[in-house]
Amino acid sequence: MTTTTLAVLVPLLPFLGAVAGLLLGRTAPGFVRPLAVLPALAALVVAALVMARQGGGRAVDAATQLTPTGSVPVELALHIDGFAALVAVLVAFVASCVQIYSTGYLRDDPRYASYAALVSLFTSAMLLVVYSGDLIVLLVGWEVMGICSYFLVGHYWETPEARAASTKAFLVTKLGDVPFLIGLFALATDTGSFRITTILGTVATGGLDHPTVIALLLLAGVAGKSAQFPLHTWLPDAMAGPTPVSALIHAATMVAAGVYFVARLLPVFEASRAAMVVLAVMAAVTMIGSGLAALAQDDIKRVLAYSTIGQLGYMTGALAVGDRGAAVFHLLSHGAFKALLFLAAGAVIHAAGTNSLAAMSRMGHLRDRVPDAFWTMTVALLALAAIPPFSGFFSKESVLGAAEHVATGHTEHAPGAAGWTVLLAGLLAALLTAAYATRLWLLAFRGRGAEVPDHGRQPLSMTVVLWVLAVPSLALGGVAYRSLPGWFASPDLAPTLTTSVLGTGVALVGGIVTYAAWWHTTAYATRIPLGAVAAHPEGDAGQVEAEAIASHRAAYGDLSSAPDPADPGRLLLGPLFRPAAAGFHLDAVYAALFVRPVQAAARLVRFLDREVVETYVRGAAAVPRLLGAAVRRAQTGNVQTYVSALLAGTVVLAVAALLVATGA
Amino acid sequence: MHLTYPAVLSVLLFCTGVYGVLARRNAILVLMSVELMLNAVNLNLVAFDVWLSKAARETLHSGQALTLFTIAVAAAEIGIGLAIVLAVHRNSGTSDIDRLRDTAEGHGDDDPQAPTAAEKAEATA
Repeated sequence: MTTTTLAVLVPLLPFLGAVAGLLLGRTAPGFVRPLAVLPALAALVVAALVMARQGGGRAVDAATQLTPTGSVPVELALHIDGFAALVAVLVAFVASCVQIYSTGYLRDDPRYASYAALVSLFTSAMLLVVYSGDLIVLLVGWEVMGICSYFLVGHYWETPEARAASTKAFLVTKLGDVPFLIGLFALATDTGSFRITTILGTVATGGLDHPTVIALLLLAGVAGKSAQFPLHTWLPDAMAGPTPVSALIHAATMVAAGVYFVARLLPVFEASRAAMVVLAVMAAVTMIGSGLAALAQDDIKRVLAYSTIGQLGYMTGALAVGDRGAAVFHLLSHGAFKALLFLAAGAVIHAAGTNSLAAMSRMGHLRDRVPDAFWTMTVALLALAAIPPFSGFFSKESVLGAAEHVATGHTEHAPGAAGWTVLLAGLLAALLTAAYATRLWLLAFRGRGAEVPDHGRQPLSMTVVLWVLAVPSLALGGVAYRSLPGWFASPDLAPTLTTSVLGTGVALVGGIVTYAAWWHTTAYATRIPLGAVAAHPEGDAGQVEAEAIASHRAAYGDLSSAPDPADPGRLLLGPLFRPAAAGFHLDAVYAALFVRPVQAAARLVRFLDREVVETYVRGAAAVPRLLGAAVRRAQTGNVQTYVSALLAGTVVLAVAALLVATGA
Repeated sequence: MHLTYPAVLSVLLFCTGVYGVLARRNAILVLMSVELMLNAVNLNLVAFDVWLSKAARETLHSGQALTLFTIAVAAAEIGIGLAIVLAVHRNSGTSDIDRLRDTAEGHGDDDPQAPTAAEKAEATA
């Protein structure tokens, strides 16, 4: 088979799996698990084959036009360069892991069939985005991912948190997608094509008339999808979905789509210096804000969600300094270790029966209950905190190195201001990342108090996946930084001495300070007893998680934070703790800026419809009604009256006819 | 005989019929008045047929043939009419046309019962 045929198969296999899963879900439940896992694995194998054939060499391009589509042609096009080949392998790899993990995690879930089919559909859409060489086809995958995310976040639709979160995720991303669509059209109008290769060719010759407008419009969509400030608010709430969904969608793939899109079209953004500066500021605010917020969250998954936002901030930061190699490198390593973090957190939540760090810190021996999750999560947290030699270190250093390169003025790709912004914010975020990673680890695994009840070991399908994912978290970075520049045709990704020392230094400082704070505050832990724990800890992991989410607000009065004086984050953040736990009240800003005006507009429309439009309708009906009432009075029911009237009418007509006929 | 005599007679008959239809209160008498009007027309048909055939313009006597048709149809018609009157009488206990006002506009403007009453009257008629 040619590389093109193989590449077509990659998105097609999970799609067919999704269709078959949806059709057979009720009639043949025995087929659901194989139909979920096998297409993902097959896609992984095929994607790996495509990667091997492409081999970082010339990009594979193929296009076919089904039908003429008016002024700007839309084509089914493939464009597989080193970025696409590698990201597709990551997507298929994480999707396979998540599908295998889900068979254990949602063992007894009644809606497993539709869940697995939606995950397959989602995987297919993401692979379509990755391989697509045409922006409209890319947009199709982009939007299919949005709707799959909506359904999967709302998987536990019995809980109000999940319902609210899925609606919010959908609406906030759509807020970015509308400018994104307009941006795509503007880009196509300027360049005369939706093909990525043609667009890049036009941009290279300076054929773009409105680079800033287009870049900013596209950035809105990217911010929505990749959860960048100010459109990141949906991601922490989306943690109401099942943990495998968080791992797949909200860590490794969908949120990476925005970054990947910018990486593909980076020359379009580089054509506008203003867009690059906006991108840099967006990345800086995202990195620091999410780091602070992550330090204050109580829900273990919300910590990871804010961490995802921060790491995506690193990627956009790398793009803002014009180094897409570093951005995609961080995307790959982050995809592996963040998926691992989420999946391990799922196992921890299952064992502890709660998703609250405050409650976990009052449980003894949690690490002994889930040894696999403990060790793999430790590896992933070290990778997250960018401690050498874990994979996160190399990818984060490549980002910081690129920023330093720009800041010291060695390149004209990006403005120096963007370089300084990203470098400083990146170093500060490295400190915060190490701090919240340490806090998460200490609170979850070094808790003291009553022993956790033993519910037996985690299913094999869940623990094996954790170890499989631990391998790239441990080793990917060290191997990849030498070989990736060849794939990406980008400058050297090796860590530079200055940023390595600085980055690792601040990370160590963050970890040690957090440890000291934890040591100081842990004495308070015994004063407040254990909070919320799921009612059915012996159920399957999905059920435990749903119950844990539902009980958090009841126990602590808030979804994101707990009144726990033993929390080291409280000591470290001081007065910032309360706003940070609430995500700096950005939701309230959105409520004031968007939600309330929309509701007011809806009330106005309702008033106009009910009181103004309907008045006309009623008036149009009332006049004939009155006339009708007048005419109805003639209907006496006396037949002889009717006949008399008929006769009189006939006589009058006859006389008239006679007069006309005689000419009188 | 001059054509005027039967013509005037038929006009008189017709007017009597019209008066009867408009003024009689008993349904059977109304039907009889209808018969009078019909026969006035028959008389006209015969009289004009004779007059035209005398002028030798018309030799088929289609007027007289048509009269025979009309008489046959009228017999059928009066049969149906009497049956209807009988049914109305059984239903409402009267054949007084002034009292058979089921088709009148209802007492309330939007009375939902009014149309059903009208329908009932139609069904019985």
